[in-house]
Amino acid sequence: MKQKKSILDENLSRNDPRVKQILVKMKKENYRPDALIEILHTAQNSYGYLPMSVLAFITKELKVPPSRVFSTVTFYHFFSLKSKGEHTCLVCTGTACYVKGAERILSEIEKDFHLKPGMVTNDNKLGLSTARCIGACGLAPAMVVDDEVHAKVKPEDVKNMVLSKTGVRV
Amino acid sequence: MAKIPLTIDGKPLEVDTGKTILEVCKENNIEILTMCHFEGIGDVGACRLCLVEIEGTTKLLPACTTKVAANQVIKTNTEKLKKYQKITTELFFAERNHICAVCVADGNCELQDLGYKVGMDHVRFPYLFPKAEVDTSHPSYVMDHNRCIMCTRCVRVCSEVEGAHNWGVKNRGVEVRIISDFDTPWGDSTTCTSCSKCVNVCPTGALWPKATVQGQLVKNPKMVSELVAKRKMNL
Repeated sequence: MKQKKSILDENLSRNDPRVKQILVKMKKENYRPDALIEILHTAQNSYGYLPMSVLAFITKELKVPPSRVFSTVTFYHFFSLKSKGEHTCLVCTGTACYVKGAERILSEIEKDFHLKPGMVTNDNKLGLSTARCIGACGLAPAMVVDDEVHAKVKPEDVKNMVLSKTGVRV
Repeated sequence: MAKIPLTIDGKPLEVDTGKTILEVCKENNIEILTMCHFEGIGDVGACRLCLVEIEGTTKLLPACTTKVAANQVIKTNTEKLKKYQKITTELFFAERNHICAVCVADGNCELQDLGYKVGMDHVRFPYLFPKAEVDTSHPSYVMDHNRCIMCTRCVRVCSEVEGAHNWGVKNRGVEVRIISDFDTPWGDSTTCTSCSKCVNVCPTGALWPKATVQGQLVKNPKMVSELVAKRKMNL
C-alpha cells in the first residue's frame, strides 16, 4: 500500500546538541501536551528560530496535532519560522523610545547594514527587529543587541556598537 | 435542576441554572442571531452576532458563552443591538471576497441569509479584497479562503466531533487563515479522515464538495448535530 509522504516522516538526529536540549525539556515537562509553549521556547532558543523539521519532531514526540503546533507558533510573535540571523539587533519603538529618536536609529541601521525591520542580511549574520516596548522606558532610546540591552543609544554610535558586539562585517 | 428567575425582553421567566442565555432564548422562542454557534459543538463567542444587553453592565455580552444568573434583566432586540448586528454583518462581507453571483452557496448560505435578515443594503466599510487562496488539493472537497468568515466551526467540529484535528488557525488579525496540518495543502493532510463534517457545518461557500456549480451547493448540517445527540444517547 502506498502511504502519504509527510514532513512527519523525517527524523532529526538525536545526537544534535540542539535536539538534545529539546529532549531534556520534554522529559522535564513529562511529555505533557500542554507544555507545548514551554518546549517551543526551548527549541526557539536553541535554534534561533523554528525550522519545520523541528516542529514535526515536537509534534511527534508530544503527540499533539500538527495544526495545533502550527497555530501556536504563528499566534505568538516570539516564535519565528524564519531564521532571525546569527546575531540579532532589536530596536525598541515604544512611545518613550519613539519620542527619543528610535526612528533615527532604525534609519541609521538601514543605511549601514541595508536592513529593514524583520529582515536578515544576505549572509544570515545579522537580523533586525523592532519591539513595541521592552519595558526599559527610562533608558530610552533603547536597543537590544544579542540579548544585551543598550541604553540611551545615539544614532551616530549605532554602527560601531553593532559591529563590535556582533563581529558582523559590512 | 434548580430554577432561577430572570427577565428577557420584559418577559419574566423561570429557567434552569447552568444554561447559557442563548439556550434559554431558544427554549423560549426568542430569536437571537448566531453565526459561529453550531448545535452540538462548543461555543467560542467569536462572531459577536449574539450580543445581548444585560442591565447593570455597560458591556454587550455574547449570549452563546454567557451563563444565566438570577434576576438578570436581558434585552435582545434593542436599537443599539440591531445597529451592531448590521455593522458585524457588513464587516463579514468587507473582510474577504464574497461574491454571491459566482458562489456555489448562493441561495443556500447562512451569510447571505444574515445579510437579508439584518436588512443590509450596502456595505459602509471599504472592502479589503485580500489575496486569498483556493485549496483544491483534496480529492473530494475544496477550501476557498475567499469565502471564509473565520467562524471556526470546521476547526471545532474536526477536533471535537471527528477527533481528527486536521484544521487549525494560523496568524492573527487580518492575516488569519484556516490551515490544514502544518499549513500544508489539504490533500496532503495525514490527519484528515475525509469525513465531510467540516463541509457540512460551514455556513458559507468556503468548504464545498468538488464539481458543485454556482448556486447548487447542498449541505446537511443537521447530520452533525444529530450525530452528537445520538452519541450522547448511547443507543
